[in-house]
Amino acid sequence: MHAKATHRLAMALIWGSGFITVLILFLIIGYVLARGLPGIGFDFLFSAPKGGLSGEGGISTTIVATIYLIALTVAILIIPGIGAAIYLSEYAKDNWLTRLIRYGVETLAGVPSIVLGLFGFVLFVTALHFRFSLLSGALTLVCLLLPTFIRTSEEALKAVPRGHREAALALGSTKWQAILHVVLPAALPGIITGFILCIGRIVGETACLYVTMGGSAAMPTSLLSGGRTLSLHLFYLAMETNAFEKAMATGAVLIIIVLIINTITNWISYRFQARMHGGA
Amino acid sequence: MDPKIEAKQLNFYYGKLHAVKNVTLNIREHQITALIGPSGCGKSTFLRTLNRMNDIIIGTRVEGEVLLDKQNIYERNVDVVELRKRVGMVFQHPNPFPKSIHENVAFGPKMLGLTRTIKLNEVVEKSLRAAALWDEVKDDLNKSGLALSGGQQQRLCIARVLAVEPEVILMDEPCSALDPVSTLRIEELMQELTKNYTIVIVTHNMLQAARVSYWTGFFLLGELVEYGKTVDVFSRPTDKRTEDYITGRFG
Repeated sequence: MHAKATHRLAMALIWGSGFITVLILFLIIGYVLARGLPGIGFDFLFSAPKGGLSGEGGISTTIVATIYLIALTVAILIIPGIGAAIYLSEYAKDNWLTRLIRYGVETLAGVPSIVLGLFGFVLFVTALHFRFSLLSGALTLVCLLLPTFIRTSEEALKAVPRGHREAALALGSTKWQAILHVVLPAALPGIITGFILCIGRIVGETACLYVTMGGSAAMPTSLLSGGRTLSLHLFYLAMETNAFEKAMATGAVLIIIVLIINTITNWISYRFQARMHGGA
Repeated sequence: MDPKIEAKQLNFYYGKLHAVKNVTLNIREHQITALIGPSGCGKSTFLRTLNRMNDIIIGTRVEGEVLLDKQNIYERNVDVVELRKRVGMVFQHPNPFPKSIHENVAFGPKMLGLTRTIKLNEVVEKSLRAAALWDEVKDDLNKSGLALSGGQQQRLCIARVLAVEPEVILMDEPCSALDPVSTLRIEELMQELTKNYTIVIVTHNMLQAARVSYWTGFFLLGELVEYGKTVDVFSRPTDKRTEDYITGRFG
């Protein structure tokens, strides 16, 4: 009888926690969508913000700035990220130097983004004279995301069975051919997953962009233009204007984007599993 | 006839572990040599020294010589990639790449620089035929190699090795993960392959060694205890330990 009672209590707790988690999730998403969705329309999406303290206008330039920032950050991030991951997983010997690098990478991954923002401000905005710009923002984001991207890519490479490497080598391929033609393709879905999570973080990042991109709501025209991403715009709307409904609508757009990104990630992971087990 | 491979006083170490002890052994061309012995006796490690597959394991060391056609493969100027082209390997667990059947077989030739599609298709068909897999897969060469059954996967791995046209094929317990029917097919295939290839097979299964090989070596605790014609080793072993092992007194 005692055991049964404990069992019931444990089940109640587990179900309760699960229920509360889901409830909170739906409350937040539901609230933002309910308040935000009515504000999303053609005009809102395709007209520029009026700027200043009015909070009027749409979000067109911030969508463009977000897309530019994603493209620029990813373009800078991808080669050194995958390169470092290949080095760490395939070439690096286990010695004090590589342990130091790994430790550095892990530490960097845990640094709050505003601290990296300050670093970006000092280095890119002032010392290198890139001003408040897309370029400064993208380079700062690269510093922020590189450690995570390297780690996820390295894990994806390490998850490729050793048998694949041995088989490739035993067929007379060079180590580089084995990496390029067998290991990397097998790890690609895992790498892409990490990559998409990085895009998710670019979309969501605010603090470090606040101090590196400025907040100009104008349409960016070059790498050295300032800019305002969706998240930054949301921050400005909420903190400096009374256009709360606009902020909610922007929030709803962000939630929708994140949902899309997560769906794509899940789909790729699913494909990855299927491929490793013989499907497709 | 000169031996294809001669191991001379070969020693192998994993760190401090002395895994292969002073092994001297000749492998004859176009015949099957079986290496038997209990788990951890060093037979797989020895096999992997023959195409320097152990090079990729960190902290290992080799002493002694392995001569392939009279040339020591552990000499400084030897190109390991070239060596592995001549001495291919089939592994214990079938390990096709997560690619199509065609891509699996074409992999080796492609890496060696063959690019013409017609030529590649020829090589793929020839290799799959030689591995007795062609009839089963010819209609879906674009299917993933991982979608095949275990036995088919292992024959795919053999076809993949044949496509590189090696001189020697090393097989590391190629049937240990397969059912008896698939095992039989691979054994028949091995007999076919001796026309063109020299085969060294490591096996747990003494009956398999007795069935397929012409020469048998018995390893125990890193030493080569006995080596000779398979019929002699199994019917008149000279060493007490060999006799104990093959009569099932241990192992």
